Amino acid sequence: MSVPQRFEFFVDPSRCIGCESCVQACSECDTHKGESMIHLEYVDRARSTQTVPMVCMHCEQPTCAEVCPADAIKRTGDGVVQSARKPRCIACGNCVVACPFGVPELYIDRQIMMKCDMCYDRTSVGKKPMCATVCPSQALFFGTREEIQRMRPQSMPSNRFRFGEQTITTRVNVMVPRRETPPAPLDVTAFLGEHTENRTIRLKILETRPEPVSSDPFAEVDI
Amino acid sequence: MATLPVDDLAITKAYGPHLSAMVRGRTSEDPDRLVKTHCCFCGQQCGIQLKVRDNEVMGFEPWDDFPFNRGMLCPKGVKRYLQGSHPDRLTTALERDPASPGGFRAMDYRAAIARAAAEIARLQAAYGPGAVGVLGGASLTTEKTYLLGKFARVCLKTPFIDYNGRLCMVSAGAANKKAFGIDRTTSPWADMVGTEVIWVAGSNVAECSPITTSYIWQARELGAKVIVQDPRITPIARTCDLYLPVRPGRDAALFAGVLRLMIENGWIDRDFIASHTTGFDEVAAYCEQWTLKRTSEVTGVPEKAIARAAELWGTARSSFLFHARGIEHHSNGVQNSLGTINLVLASGRIGKPKSGYGTIVGQANGQGGREHGQKCDQLPGMRDIVNPEHRKYIAGVWKIDERELPGPGVDAYEMFRKIDAGEIKGLVSICFNPKVSLPDSGFVTRALEKLEFYTAVDFFLNDTARHADIVLPGSLQEEDEGVVAQVEGRVIKINKAVEPPGEAREDWRIIQDLAQALGRPHGFGFTSPKEIFEELRVASKGGIADYSGITYEKIERQMGVFWPCYAEDPKTGAPTPDHPGTPRLFEPGSYNPVAKGAGPFYFADGKARFNVADYRTPADDVDAAFPLFLTTGRVVSQFLSGTQTRRIGPLVKQYPEPRIELHPRLAQQLGIADGDWAVCETRRDTITLRASVVSTIRPDTLFIPYHWAGEKSVNRLTVAAQDPISKIPQYKVCACRLRRAEGAPAYAAVREAQQ
Repeated sequence: MSVPQRFEFFVDPSRCIGCESCVQACSECDTHKGESMIHLEYVDRARSTQTVPMVCMHCEQPTCAEVCPADAIKRTGDGVVQSARKPRCIACGNCVVACPFGVPELYIDRQIMMKCDMCYDRTSVGKKPMCATVCPSQALFFGTREEIQRMRPQSMPSNRFRFGEQTITTRVNVMVPRRETPPAPLDVTAFLGEHTENRTIRLKILETRPEPVSSDPFAEVDI
Repeated sequence: MATLPVDDLAITKAYGPHLSAMVRGRTSEDPDRLVKTHCCFCGQQCGIQLKVRDNEVMGFEPWDDFPFNRGMLCPKGVKRYLQGSHPDRLTTALERDPASPGGFRAMDYRAAIARAAAEIARLQAAYGPGAVGVLGGASLTTEKTYLLGKFARVCLKTPFIDYNGRLCMVSAGAANKKAFGIDRTTSPWADMVGTEVIWVAGSNVAECSPITTSYIWQARELGAKVIVQDPRITPIARTCDLYLPVRPGRDAALFAGVLRLMIENGWIDRDFIASHTTGFDEVAAYCEQWTLKRTSEVTGVPEKAIARAAELWGTARSSFLFHARGIEHHSNGVQNSLGTINLVLASGRIGKPKSGYGTIVGQANGQGGREHGQKCDQLPGMRDIVNPEHRKYIAGVWKIDERELPGPGVDAYEMFRKIDAGEIKGLVSICFNPKVSLPDSGFVTRALEKLEFYTAVDFFLNDTARHADIVLPGSLQEEDEGVVAQVEGRVIKINKAVEPPGEAREDWRIIQDLAQALGRPHGFGFTSPKEIFEELRVASKGGIADYSGITYEKIERQMGVFWPCYAEDPKTGAPTPDHPGTPRLFEPGSYNPVAKGAGPFYFADGKARFNVADYRTPADDVDAAFPLFLTTGRVVSQFLSGTQTRRIGPLVKQYPEPRIELHPRLAQQLGIADGDWAVCETRRDTITLRASVVSTIRPDTLFIPYHWAGEKSVNRLTVAAQDPISKIPQYKVCACRLRRAEGAPAYAAVREAQQ
């Protein structure tokens, strides 16, 4: 059982309405004991209602696994980076500080790191992940590339991210606008005809996908 | 005797709201069965599957195939299952008992029914049938609302029945009837996807009807421009194309100003107006006075934005407009709604694919609950209680003499005025928590205290039921079956997942038990919701809301049936067992039983009506003493008065207690920082809550969500001004002032966040 390659995960933060449906649904899964593995945060609630959902990006070369001294984090052949394996995890927290996306979390009481595994119990048997199923705005979408291209012509998936010197390619895609969107003032007073500061965030979209790495030290076919 | 039996805090300690567990059951364990049903909360009525094991709802599974939401759910839907098996659940009848620590003692169900019936009979014998009133709700199934209306008129013979939709849908309903002759959203939501312009008038879609977001944003992805009119930059406004930061209470002026520009620029469909409408000239004449300058001055929206709205709306080839409580909760609510309808009719874009008009309903059965006779002036099938033919037909269905059928009653708030005046002395309530949900709740509480005898039906002891002499343990949504009509007018089926616990039972049984105990059992011998529905089909036949062709089986087969759905073709009278229902109203050439082929709208001439949508300044407007606007609304994780959602642990954790939203500029003037305690005061009362300082609200406006009771209830502050036509209260604006509090309020030390 594995997650078919044609099914991909797409995150569009511009659609997120901050309702926490994903968080609440994620907490239902007893593979992580009532905890949500999704991070959903306001960017700056004082100034905007913008929220950002963060699932595990499932990196091709997962930094969390690279820094794990106990070899507790494995990536299955279908590209899903699994949560820490209980017998191996020593709860050192290396992965927590190393992940450039801030995904893994250490649960001190249980002495283990837990993170999003793309609902492996569901996706490996042909279902969609719970968060992408329930998401009312479909900021979280699970489906094929053809579907996303047909449904969302204004934006495109991107799965390469640069952090300093490190470039990371991920199995999860982030939707970015095809055209630069006009700056959206975030303060009501700007719409009342008054002058206020615009706050625009610009994304630099990286070039096309590189060749996959030839050897994959983190791969593990069966779990 | 309807004062609180003991101190409210003591009742709270005994009966909650306490919090449920955060999760239940283990997802790795299989349930006994999955029950396909719908969420119990808002009017979207998302399809959901409940996991059931050992007569307990242990979790949920998305229902991917249900066409409206295709598996999507908001956090309330995800966690709604936790309301079952709750420690606060009422499993016996209760009797008021000041000697008990919690103010109530358990009572045998039969004895409770007997006592309630005896007291109702005593009051009616002494003071007449109208001395007892009935309050219902729009979260009940349509069968229950039908039965409740029949119970009030046939069993109690009282004219005084109304429902909590009075707080919700009545402005939209009244406007729809005036303009279209029928009260229903005109088009399925699927018509939104592919449209050119969407106008969201006063609807915090993302928090109040989250699934609608996916439709709007899918439409936007395909090129639709989105206009949002709101005093706050809600999540749906954050990425809209045009944001109109309207000053609270000024919506009708905005619509008039936009229509004037449309007329001036020729952005109207003259052919449609001439052939399918009446009254345009009067409306055009009225709009003359609404120059761009004046509209901008009154509404607070810059001229440029108003002009842009008129251009976007006026020049579109397809469009969808919908509104919700933001423009409806006003003493001018019907006029505001008519203002939007005028924009739609002037555009001619109605009754066509990819174009429509809708009113977002708030409650589970916000649509169906306003169709079949629990409104004070209505009989089943959206019939009129003062229309002799309608009375005769329903009296025939109910097998009573038409002369025995009471006339119209009064709206829910007016019922409280009648209680206050001593005219109504007894009350039966179900699915309504007016002590939290009605405006100026200090008055509502004083009125409740004057009741001689109050019988409440509830599953948790809500804040109003605490005043009751007898509380009868009713059913949760998942403990009964029946139909509801969701936001699009699609009639769907709620399926029973579990049996009511202990002595609790289905609400329709309780209503019938009361009728039996009163010695007036005629017409209350139903043995299942399906039997009630079969009578409802007959009762609705020939009315505007015609359900005669709907069956439980058809609903299941089609995953919902849009009414009207005819058992017999209204034109030919031929049987139409396969009538599929009517997803889109007013299609060109469509036949309806009112117009009889004269046109698509539900008037004798088949034409829609333009109505002058007159702007009036809100009641209790700002002045020097109370210089700020107070507006109220919802948050995504709570629902209505919180009777259910304030008991669901993870939903409480998401947004534990109300805060006062204000703009940083105002906060600076008043010396209030984010998180500070602040006192909000109106001409009615004051409340102390923490401040939330955000730039997403107008600097002259405060927002407080309304889901909490007691000292956290914003409805202590709101004004009981009502629309003269719909009688909806003006929740969305009143004058207030704000100051920093000296310290934490006393309640903070003794009450949990949700209490």
